[in-house]
Amino acid sequence: MIHSLFLVNASGDIFLEKHWKSVVSRSVCDYFFEAQERATEPENVPPVIPTPHHYLISVLRHRIYFVAVIQSEVPPLFVIEFLHRVVDTFQDYFGVCTEAAIKDNVVVVYELLEEMLDNGFPLATESNILKELIKPPTILRTMVNTITGSTNVGEQLPTGQLSVVPWRRTGVKYTNNEAYFDVVEEIDAIIDKSGSTITAEIQGVIDACVKLTGMPDLTLSFMNPRLLDDVSFHPCVRFKRWEAERILSFIPPDGNFRLLSYHVSSQNLVAIPVYVKHNITFREGSSQGRFDLTLGPKQTMGKAVESVLVSSQLPRGVLNANLNPSQGTYTFDPVTKMLSWDVGKINPQKLPSLKGTMSLQAGASKPDENPSINIQFKIQQMAISGCTQAGQTL
Amino acid sequence: MFVASVIIVFCLFLSAEKEAKTNYQMLDSNKDSLKLEAMKRIVAMIARGKNASDLFPAVVKNVACKNIEVKKLVYVYLVRYAEEQQDLALLSISTFQRGLKDPNQLIRASALRVLSSIRVTIIVPIMMLAIKEAASDMSPYVRKTAAHAIPKLYSLDPEQKDQLIEVIEKLLADKTTLVAGSVVMAFEEVCPERIDLIHKNYRKLCNLLIDVEEWGQVVIINMLTRYARTQFLNPNMNVNEDEDEDEEEKEKKAETPAMAKRKPYVMDPDHRLLLRNTKPLLQSRNAAVVMAVAQLYFHLAPKAEVGVIAKALVRLLRSHSEVQYVVLQNVATMTIKRRGMFEPYLKSFYIRSTDPTQIKVLKLEVLTNLANETNISTILREFQTYIKSMDKDFVAATIQAIGRCATNIGEVRDTCLNGLVQLLSNRDELVVAESVVVIKKLLQMQPEKHSDIIKHMAKLTDNIQVPMARASILWLIGEYCEHVPKIAPDVLRKMAKSFTNEEDIVKLQIINLAAKLYLTNSKQTKLLTQYVLNLAKYDQNYDIRDRARFIRQLIVPTEKSGALSKYAKKLFLALKPAPVLESPFKDRDHFQLGSLSHLLNAKAGGYQELPDWPEAAPDPSVRNVEVKDSVRAVGTVTYRDTGALWDLQGPKKLEGSEKSDSASGSESGSGSEESYMLLFHANVYQPSLYNWALVSMTLHLVLCLQTIAPSSALKNYELLHRITGEGLSVEYCFSRQPFSPDANMVAVQMQFTNNATADTKNLHIEDVKLQSGMRVKEFSEIELLPAGETATAVMGIDFCDSTQAANFQLCTHTRKFFVSIQPPVGELMRPVFLTENEFKKEQGQLMGMNEITEKLTLDMKCRNEHTIVQRVTTAANLSRVPCGSDKECRFAGRTVSSSSLVLVTVATKEEGAAQLTVNCEKMVIGTMLVKDILLALTQ
Repeated sequence: MIHSLFLVNASGDIFLEKHWKSVVSRSVCDYFFEAQERATEPENVPPVIPTPHHYLISVLRHRIYFVAVIQSEVPPLFVIEFLHRVVDTFQDYFGVCTEAAIKDNVVVVYELLEEMLDNGFPLATESNILKELIKPPTILRTMVNTITGSTNVGEQLPTGQLSVVPWRRTGVKYTNNEAYFDVVEEIDAIIDKSGSTITAEIQGVIDACVKLTGMPDLTLSFMNPRLLDDVSFHPCVRFKRWEAERILSFIPPDGNFRLLSYHVSSQNLVAIPVYVKHNITFREGSSQGRFDLTLGPKQTMGKAVESVLVSSQLPRGVLNANLNPSQGTYTFDPVTKMLSWDVGKINPQKLPSLKGTMSLQAGASKPDENPSINIQFKIQQMAISGCTQAGQTL
Repeated sequence: MFVASVIIVFCLFLSAEKEAKTNYQMLDSNKDSLKLEAMKRIVAMIARGKNASDLFPAVVKNVACKNIEVKKLVYVYLVRYAEEQQDLALLSISTFQRGLKDPNQLIRASALRVLSSIRVTIIVPIMMLAIKEAASDMSPYVRKTAAHAIPKLYSLDPEQKDQLIEVIEKLLADKTTLVAGSVVMAFEEVCPERIDLIHKNYRKLCNLLIDVEEWGQVVIINMLTRYARTQFLNPNMNVNEDEDEDEEEKEKKAETPAMAKRKPYVMDPDHRLLLRNTKPLLQSRNAAVVMAVAQLYFHLAPKAEVGVIAKALVRLLRSHSEVQYVVLQNVATMTIKRRGMFEPYLKSFYIRSTDPTQIKVLKLEVLTNLANETNISTILREFQTYIKSMDKDFVAATIQAIGRCATNIGEVRDTCLNGLVQLLSNRDELVVAESVVVIKKLLQMQPEKHSDIIKHMAKLTDNIQVPMARASILWLIGEYCEHVPKIAPDVLRKMAKSFTNEEDIVKLQIINLAAKLYLTNSKQTKLLTQYVLNLAKYDQNYDIRDRARFIRQLIVPTEKSGALSKYAKKLFLALKPAPVLESPFKDRDHFQLGSLSHLLNAKAGGYQELPDWPEAAPDPSVRNVEVKDSVRAVGTVTYRDTGALWDLQGPKKLEGSEKSDSASGSESGSGSEESYMLLFHANVYQPSLYNWALVSMTLHLVLCLQTIAPSSALKNYELLHRITGEGLSVEYCFSRQPFSPDANMVAVQMQFTNNATADTKNLHIEDVKLQSGMRVKEFSEIELLPAGETATAVMGIDFCDSTQAANFQLCTHTRKFFVSIQPPVGELMRPVFLTENEFKKEQGQLMGMNEITEKLTLDMKCRNEHTIVQRVTTAANLSRVPCGSDKECRFAGRTVSSSSLVLVTVATKEEGAAQLTVNCEKMVIGTMLVKDILLALTQ
């Protein structure tokens, strides 16, 4: 299975290595660097690179490459999924997963990696178990540790690994028992230049924060479970019950976790809550182009559209953009030609717009492609799929 | 300047030196906090890839430290450097051996985990023993760790394979979810070919699958896919193929209709069980599990049921780009075989502008595979948008994709061709070049209709610079010069002018063009051709020179040229078959989907071929388990299955969960024997040397020992039984005499008895197989052993102070017998005489790691000094050391090979309580000796 792991930063330095079997020389990463050089964009490095004696499987997260070295046949997704789990764990422990955070907590990182893999095969990947084994560093704990000399490693041995509910710690106690469920929905749509939707799909997740004493058994039901036509669950959810009754029944892990993610497919009609009016033209012969963009809300059921961020990759010929936003701020990076406009909240009475001119490279011909526009936004308290929760019981 | 830099270097050197020193000092200090600080620094060094091996002795000393974090970091260090410092690593072994006996299951597990991670060949027997014991531990967690340790030992010493398979077999029968994943992983690494081990456990694995942890699920599903391929019949053999079926498969089916119709297919219930139990896992959050189930369905399910996986795979496309990359590769392969499955999800494969290029290209591949008459117009409209993208590699791939759609679907060929021709006026040269290449391929299919396109392309030669495109145009003109008779010579004229500046592939095509024109239109082009060929004759590239020479001989007839030139026209202007544009993913499904080999389209090391379906199903009864067991398997309470049950119980849910917990715990503890259960309950709080399962066995052993060996006499061991030896029986004992030819050898006295009726001749030893370092001094050949007689001989073996067996063949004039001699640890030493003071002095130097202390309760019969001395000296070849106190007995000896001192002290207290102390430089010897003496004194 996984032989070794190398962490490579954006500038191509190996800043951490860990071996689970015999030591593999870090020179094996040269093949990775070669592939990295060949790829124009950082995300275009192929995830699987064969070398004469090893195979390198890498993921890119937070501008760090996690390069796993394997020697024999293993499902590539197995390794990729595991590497992502490692990153998620780091993020969970340190808040961010950056090179600096990893370097600062190198000992904790090492202890975590040691617990997560045994001889290259995953051992403990549940965050509840890991946190029992190795306590996450907090400022308070770091201070206490330096004063008293106590350690980050759990004194008592984790019993969670032994139970049939390996994701839950035993002996949880809270004075206030509470459980929160966040439904986050993302809509992903491709819209052509005339404004009609080509494809749209909704991806939703239910993130939970459960702080309940003992071994609670929860059930959660939905008003319209049939909407969720493709669901993936946290291992704690009982499949049989969902299949039969469309009710979520589970013993939750302690703390934050992702209960389920669902997918509402493109067959259902999806109303996109914002629209864009655009007019981007380049005139032949002149070195000027016009840029005009207006955003507006549509079918938001009275909810405000917030944190709107528009980004667009302008054609290579554009030298600079001189634009005038009616609200928010915009930036244009002349190197990557990336235009981004931080709009903020959309006011339905006064629609935000961005107008102005672009200057083109002198002598360059008119760019023939139209830039694509990406819009990110948030709407609180609204589920586009129309999925609603009916009730929950303990 | 030079001086300054020298000083700086010197300072750096000093500070590095100083740091190493302080690390040493800190590790030696008494304070845990200082040790911890030092260990953290060292681990940080390891993490950065710096060499920290010189600190090994100082670090290993701390292996027994009380502080858990220090201990864990020492483990990290130890596992990292043990391979480089084998001798020093042995110092730590005894700590882990002690840990293996701890009453706490987690400590037992972690001791086994670290012990098995130390890659030192010498401890292979110790690891083997530890794994065997742990495999029958009552804690499932320890058993899981044992399963993890199996591949480690296997990679360290592949010769242990047979023994390890036994352990695997035993663990496969385990009924807990915790163990299942790990043991199947061990199975896959050690003996994937032993599919017969799975039979009995197949149904159990299927039933447990849903509750196994996710990583284990992946391994089990992949293994079961292979298993099912060997045991069940192809569910699709009777199905009438859909229209999207492969041609090739149609033929195959056509060949065997008689056989297929003969017997209606009925799916084996076990096959159904597997499909049913894996289906819910399509909803796992883990992409690897989903992929594993998807490949299982693709390879095993009836055609009508495979469709369920499409939705789950499409869901994975919303995951990280690396996951998308792998999933799309597999989808691309699937779409070739089963196009209908993904058609409803066509739009999910539309390309987003934010996708990385490699994802875009793969999505294009899938879209192209999915294209058919009904959806081609929408797909082409999408493609039109893609061509405007800024990502040039992607545009090139799109043009290729259009070309493939055009070849596959006849109706749109003209539309595509027109579209591509429009692209020829694109401003981007790469787009044009790619279009030219694709158009060339398309035109080859029906050149007559498209002479205007060829003319258009001929004009492009003035502008286009990409060599591949230029070469393509020239080839087209040459090939179809009859369709463009006026333009072709002119193109050649231009090319002749620029010949020297062209790339090699272009030059070759110019020569080709010239040759073809010479053959069709020699009047206009004769001189031009001569000119081009002359230029090529002096080209730098030998390929071009060769080609020119070859072509000249062919097309310009001279008296020397042979018969070939008559056929030149046929050679050059033969009708060439149009190229087939096919997916690079075609036929990739002979690799198991989801595997690394499939992704790379090359066999990776350790890949297990997916076997073909058997013609006739093997006997399904092999999977039957005895009634008792199957009842138990059904009764195994699994978490997810019981969900509905619990709710009926209402408020008692929580109890239920605990009950099921303990129930499955005890169930796992109960092996096959009921007596074992009793033992386990009776002894549950008593820390013991041995695993409960072994207690009865050891008891038995000890009883045997006592009956066979009277304590004063030497113990005889059997080397060869007279039945296996066909009348010859051999016994041996460790004579405890110094072996005169070589003082480092243990003397083994052998007694040969000939019970047969015939004489035995030429008794001697052959083919001695030894671990490295061991030596054997054979006895001189016994020429004749008459029937009914007995003879003795002495041989010497240097065991290198280890209890590894010496294997050899005992040969007579007719037969050869494989035998082995394995010494008890007590025979690996010789007595030495020490005074009380010397003893104390030596003991003082063998403290700490080298000292092992055990408390024990003496056997009732063994409470006087005399019996204690007798029993200890029987167990080990030691001599008594005089002692002032009557509460203590002391013994001393040296190991035979390396003369390491072995000191044993037995201090008695009230009521049979006693304390045994062994001091020995060789930790391994010490630990084993403690075990043996303890056994001798307590029973």
